Amino acid sequence: MQIGKMLTAAALLALSTSLAQAQDLKIGLQDDPDILDPDQSRTFVGRIVYASLCDKLVDITPDLEIVPALATGWEWNEAGTELTMTLRDDVVFHDGTPFNADAVAANLDRSKNLETSRRKSEVRSIESWEVVDDTTIKMTLSAPDATLIAQFADRSGMMLSPTAFEAAGEDFGSAPVCAGPFKFKERIQQDRIVLEKFADYYRADEINFDSVTFLPIADTTVRLANLRAGDLDMLERLAATDVASVEADDGLQLERATSLGYQGITPNVGNGEAANNPLGQSNLVRKALSLSIDRNALNEVVFEGAFATGNQPFAPTSPWYNADFPVPERDIEAAKALLAEAGVADGVTIEVQVANNPVQTQVMQVVQAMAAEAGITIELAAKEFATLLADQSAGNYTASQIGWSGRVDPDGNIHQFMTSGGGLNDSKYVNPAIDTALNEARLSTDPAVRKESYNAAVAIQQEDMPIIYLYHPVWIWALDDSLSGFQAYPDGMIRLHGVSQN
Amino acid sequence: MTAIPDTQSFAPDPVLPKRKSRVWAKFKRSPSALLGGVIVLFFVIVALLAPFLPIPGPLETDWGAVRKAPSAAHLFGTDEIGRDVLSRMIWGAQASLLAGVVSVLIAVAMGVPLGVIAGYRRGWTDAAISRVTEALLAAPFLILAIALAAFLGPSLTNAMIAIGVSATPVFIRLARAQTLSVMTEDYVESARAIGVGHVALIWRYILPNIFPPILVQGTLTIATAIIAEAALSFLGLGQQPPAPSWGAMLNVAKNFLEQAPWMALYPGMAIFLVVLGFNLLGDGLRDALDPRDN
Amino acid sequence: MLGFLSRRLLIAIPTIILISIFVFSLQKLLPGDPVLVMAGEERDPDLIAALREKYRLNDPIFVQYFAWAGNALRGDLGISLRTNQPVTELIGEKLPVTIQLAVMALIIAMVIGIPAGVISAYKKGTWVDWLANLIALSGLSVPNFWLGIMLILLVSVKLGWLPASGYQPFSEDPLQSIRTMLMPALVLGTATAATLMRHTRSAMLSVLQSDYVRTARAKGLREHTVLIKHALRNALVPVVTVTALLFGELLAGAVLTEQIFTIPGFGKLVVDAVFNRDYAVVQGIVLCTGIAFIFMNILADAAYRLLNPRMRDT
Repeated sequence: MQIGKMLTAAALLALSTSLAQAQDLKIGLQDDPDILDPDQSRTFVGRIVYASLCDKLVDITPDLEIVPALATGWEWNEAGTELTMTLRDDVVFHDGTPFNADAVAANLDRSKNLETSRRKSEVRSIESWEVVDDTTIKMTLSAPDATLIAQFADRSGMMLSPTAFEAAGEDFGSAPVCAGPFKFKERIQQDRIVLEKFADYYRADEINFDSVTFLPIADTTVRLANLRAGDLDMLERLAATDVASVEADDGLQLERATSLGYQGITPNVGNGEAANNPLGQSNLVRKALSLSIDRNALNEVVFEGAFATGNQPFAPTSPWYNADFPVPERDIEAAKALLAEAGVADGVTIEVQVANNPVQTQVMQVVQAMAAEAGITIELAAKEFATLLADQSAGNYTASQIGWSGRVDPDGNIHQFMTSGGGLNDSKYVNPAIDTALNEARLSTDPAVRKESYNAAVAIQQEDMPIIYLYHPVWIWALDDSLSGFQAYPDGMIRLHGVSQN
Repeated sequence: MTAIPDTQSFAPDPVLPKRKSRVWAKFKRSPSALLGGVIVLFFVIVALLAPFLPIPGPLETDWGAVRKAPSAAHLFGTDEIGRDVLSRMIWGAQASLLAGVVSVLIAVAMGVPLGVIAGYRRGWTDAAISRVTEALLAAPFLILAIALAAFLGPSLTNAMIAIGVSATPVFIRLARAQTLSVMTEDYVESARAIGVGHVALIWRYILPNIFPPILVQGTLTIATAIIAEAALSFLGLGQQPPAPSWGAMLNVAKNFLEQAPWMALYPGMAIFLVVLGFNLLGDGLRDALDPRDN
Repeated sequence: MLGFLSRRLLIAIPTIILISIFVFSLQKLLPGDPVLVMAGEERDPDLIAALREKYRLNDPIFVQYFAWAGNALRGDLGISLRTNQPVTELIGEKLPVTIQLAVMALIIAMVIGIPAGVISAYKKGTWVDWLANLIALSGLSVPNFWLGIMLILLVSVKLGWLPASGYQPFSEDPLQSIRTMLMPALVLGTATAATLMRHTRSAMLSVLQSDYVRTARAKGLREHTVLIKHALRNALVPVVTVTALLFGELLAGAVLTEQIFTIPGFGKLVVDAVFNRDYAVVQGIVLCTGIAFIFMNILADAAYRLLNPRMRDT
């Protein structure tokens, strides 16, 4: 009897210690990721999962410098058309397949040539590649492309096990196999994604959790309530309006980083019939609209001041921001004068389409009330995002409230939107001078040279106003106080290296 | 909750004219029906009087008073961009009532003729109409309304059409069943025998007999339609900002539950009360109009 | 009975075909291009063309319909445009969740609704009856999404008693599973409780007026015995039929409840799919619920006939 009791106690003790050791980190996500295949996926939230699942050739620092990861170094030839990368030799994929130059070659091929690859445009400049030896690969480009390295810091640079994707093809996403700190365990759509620690990870000593569970919870109030109740250890994209309440909570901590993206209004300046209106035809009217908006008040009202105001494709804190054009103060008189100069002194009426989610409609309602005071009447057309996008690419809009999630390389925030024929230039804005500046910026790998080109482009943008930038979201994470070592990155990812819980 | 309650069909009543006073007398005696009538009347009057009440405009923003708790200046507090919640609720009553009534009118206007034709013509016409009705009934009401509203694009008008179409099958079925049972009555058969025309037959015998159950069903469906409109607006598929509606107010309010619970509390209570009013009224009408039970 | 069943099943065939056409045309009806969303922020034109080809969106609509219907007959409802997961697999994964929610809601509804109906009928015309009716009608009138967010605010945010989300499969952790489903089931069950109460009340009323109850009373049986043994037993027959139908409605009613409580069930799947324009999923779900609904109706009718042999064909 006594022995039985003791055995039970011992068993319980063993159980509880093993429980204490088996640490699981629970992370609340704002939405459910799409397919878990870096070559085929498109959602921001999916990238958060990849940060724990799939390592990349290179990574960024919080200051946006590119640093080695699976690649140990890289070199450009003089003309900027050949990129040679050297690779780590101590890495294996989750299925034991070794990581080497052949694996990189197979991954490049998949990103470029898989029929449903979403990465094609990111690696388009790569024309061919050559496996020099086991740890060296040389890529040849069709033209100099300074943006390429930054692509390798994101999904295009994520290395998937060739063994796995050759077997699974397009269905790779149902059981992804990469070379990150955690390997895929299970996924229940709209419920959870579970990853478990990968013992052979090359930086395993930096990983302090046995498993990580991602739980998509769309409602911000519910997400926060779960964190408070201890059902989550951390959450991403805390609502800006919840910041004060989290700050007041002793059990929680906050981390934030200004994102690389922006939100703005894109007027239709040249795509079909819908561009024939004062806003589309006159940059003066567009400047008037911009001046009628009190960006600080907008930020205060909608985001309690937690986001960053902005007027350029880059946030004011970015090294690429053109300091000659600071965020303008609201100036109703100047806006009215511009309208008069444009020949519409009696004011204009414009329709702005907006995605029908509460935050974006709130932003536009504030803008609507502000613009009205300058004589610009805004009619809101709230649409579901799918409809908004279809209407926008068809030119079926006067103006559109839309944003961009942002890219590490500055090119990604501006080139496709402003160059003639650019893939995302839905309003068909054309200005040869901006084409020249933005194309030149791609050629040089020297940041100082590129900065000059972007300064020139931003100066033109400020005059033409093909996009009226409003603000830059700030990533806000709320964490349980027991977590330490978390570092906020402007790309909004959650990197678990060095994060621990006590 | 969003399913549409079914009214049992009534026994046909050949002596309609004499009933009016009796119906009214029964209706008056029912406290629930009266309560329902009073609630509905109250909201109708408030909605109609909205432009004349001493309240701030429903679109008037005040950056200095964003999400302020209820106070003397704002009895029900302010919303996410500093608008008066009470004012938006009063104006929102127009949207809710309009949505309820219009979508039911749509459903009646489409459902009753189809149902009468099916019941009157029988045969293939009936079979075709009945199959379509069944197919529509098989899709859950709210899913149907969501899909239709998404198809038509988010707006109050489209939400009303979506709800109206989704509610139509119930009226087809009711009108058909009622027509079928009237057609078997002796007095209708003798009317046919002496050569009364189709139109006259439908006009003089069928429609008067269909009217009471349709009225009851209609009143109860208004209740369902108001909730459905609120649900669609809650999902972002109904009334669009900045125009107010109770469902749209709740859609925004759920993001500020902790900081501004009043934004969610009052519009929800308004929906509840007005829907309760229509349900009480519908129940009262049913009891009053049912010839079987005294 | 067999004749009845086979006739009803035959009639169901054209209805199901109609549903399938209706469901399929949703794809053409819904505005917005799914491929544009699927192509991601970059909207690469080559990729858009490849995706259109892959999902056969360039084919004429009737060709698409027959291809889809043919596959559906073989039990293949296509793959989710969002995650490439087979739709049948998704449905199989989500259905148990929603069924658990519906069963819990139904239990709550029965526990509240049936006794309330019995008491209300027994006390017909008194203030107890009136109050019970008013409460029931209130249950029918409260928008359940509002009730849901109010409960989250009170129970989860303010009091911290129950989690606001965090579904656990029943098979993994029954207790936690019930705990997380309690609030949603209560919200979902409210209206059903009200409906059940009203049906029980009217069934009890007609039974209480019947001859055999009068006989039982005349025999001097105790009121309690009369009420439970004689009246309720008989009154339950129509109530059971109604309950079967209500279960179907609960599955549909779960749509908003699941959205609010982040329950990964059927309803959340379909609403998210509509918003994401994940056509294959929307079509698959509406088709399945439609067919299920038709069969539930046939079964309910058959049960009713079995219980009421007098019923004639209508």
